[in-house]
Amino acid sequence: MTTSRRRFLTLGAAAAGLFLPARLAAQAAAPRVVVVGGGFAGASCARALRQADPRIAVTLVEPNRTFTACPFSNAVIAGLRELSAQEFTYDRIAADGIVLARTAATAVDPSARSVALADGAHLAYDRLVLAPGIDIRWNALPGYDEAASEKMPHAWRAGEQTLLLRRQLDAMPDGGLVVMSAPANPFRCPPGPYERASLIAHYLKTKKPRSKLIVLDAKDAFSKQRLFQAAWAELYPGLLEWVPLSKGGNVTSVEPATNTLITDFGRHKAAVANVIPPQRAGRIADAAGVADRTGWCPIDPSTFESKLVPGIHVIGDAAIAGAMPKSAFAANAQAKTCAAAVARLLAGGSPPTPKLINTCYSLVAPDYGISVAGVYQPSGGQLVDVPGSGGLSPTDAPRAVRAVEATLADAWFRTITAEVFG
Amino acid sequence: MRVVAAAAVGLVSIAAAVASAAEPPVGAAACSGCHPSSARVPSPVPRLAGLDRGIIVKAMQDFRAGQRPGTVMDRIAKGFTDDEIQAIAAWFAAQR
Repeated sequence: MTTSRRRFLTLGAAAAGLFLPARLAAQAAAPRVVVVGGGFAGASCARALRQADPRIAVTLVEPNRTFTACPFSNAVIAGLRELSAQEFTYDRIAADGIVLARTAATAVDPSARSVALADGAHLAYDRLVLAPGIDIRWNALPGYDEAASEKMPHAWRAGEQTLLLRRQLDAMPDGGLVVMSAPANPFRCPPGPYERASLIAHYLKTKKPRSKLIVLDAKDAFSKQRLFQAAWAELYPGLLEWVPLSKGGNVTSVEPATNTLITDFGRHKAAVANVIPPQRAGRIADAAGVADRTGWCPIDPSTFESKLVPGIHVIGDAAIAGAMPKSAFAANAQAKTCAAAVARLLAGGSPPTPKLINTCYSLVAPDYGISVAGVYQPSGGQLVDVPGSGGLSPTDAPRAVRAVEATLADAWFRTITAEVFG
Repeated sequence: MRVVAAAAVGLVSIAAAVASAAEPPVGAAACSGCHPSSARVPSPVPRLAGLDRGIIVKAMQDFRAGQRPGTVMDRIAKGFTDDEIQAIAAWFAAQR
């Protein structure tokens, strides 16, 4: 390159820097995206953003040093797996050039495009992605507050709560009564309560066969219902009793002092009580103004941009994603779609209409897996099922197929955690 | 000022090109939820990157038509059109 040409380019760059509007100049240099929440949604999105456009400066805000995955945590409760198999670090994500802010996000100023952190710092962004998962709605079920969860664990965020429920089951004498409660829709992992009931029943059947499990449900229908119920009749007859809303299953309050769940029809005093309480989007969603009256976040189905606050995208369990369930697979798929849309928007383009997939396995026993799958596309401002696609494992499948699905469930967990954290 | 505007347009379109070069076609990004991106992840589910385009297209069409038994792919393939299947197969075939 000649000296005169180099000088010309240097002058050109200086001129561009001097005269470009501030935001455009900043974006041309390195667009800034802040991702809040390091679960399946947030961690996937941070990585996918760097892949879509390596020039994007990505900061991932996550206070925990270790991520503890919820999928398969029901197997930990049933003593089939160790919690360490659920734990992942952010080391590989940091190695991708993603900046980790190891603190909590406490507030968002959408007009200044800035996130306030618990350590007092502020992060400026061109686009913000919120992936805060769920918060428990303490006291929405009367009597169920944070202190009550130490006695009657929810175990709906994996970690110490998972181990607490496992220890309680371990300590329970044979012949004890286990009582679970499942909430009304929507909540994280729609088939989760029923997989948990199945694996607790498996634990009781093999270790404490004189015991019984009652599931009190605030609903009359649930995910993969006919598959679960057929498997329960086959594997756990007389051991697992499901009580739907219409038969008095709705829990109206709990008494931690006596380990009792109360319905309109009676009191259930439990040896071990597992209360899966009502939930909402993680609290930063509320602070940012992206949660609506339901406690969840309405989004554009193509970009996952909030319908309430421009410039903020919401993915994973916190989002109202129409037909897509609140699952880890869905969170990962949404994260990649959102990252591609954000990269396009930052580059001045317009995102394409996406198609997303969900696949979700449940274990009814260690060697008995069932699944639901779906394909989704935007329609009428929502994500809807692509007509004719998706559905459940066949009801009449032989046990060999159930065993294959249990193997595939395990493979899915290895694959997705390798993609997100490995 | 005209020079400045041209420079700005140039920068934006480079960014757009970077974004689109790596961008998977509609539907393809979700596949790696089950089909490993990395060859180092042991799985009974085949890795799609670098697979022959014709093999992917045939598998998807057969799953969709119910001519190939599957556990979840029979249900998922029904959500994709011929054009989408062709684009997804071409994209994976070009990956390494």
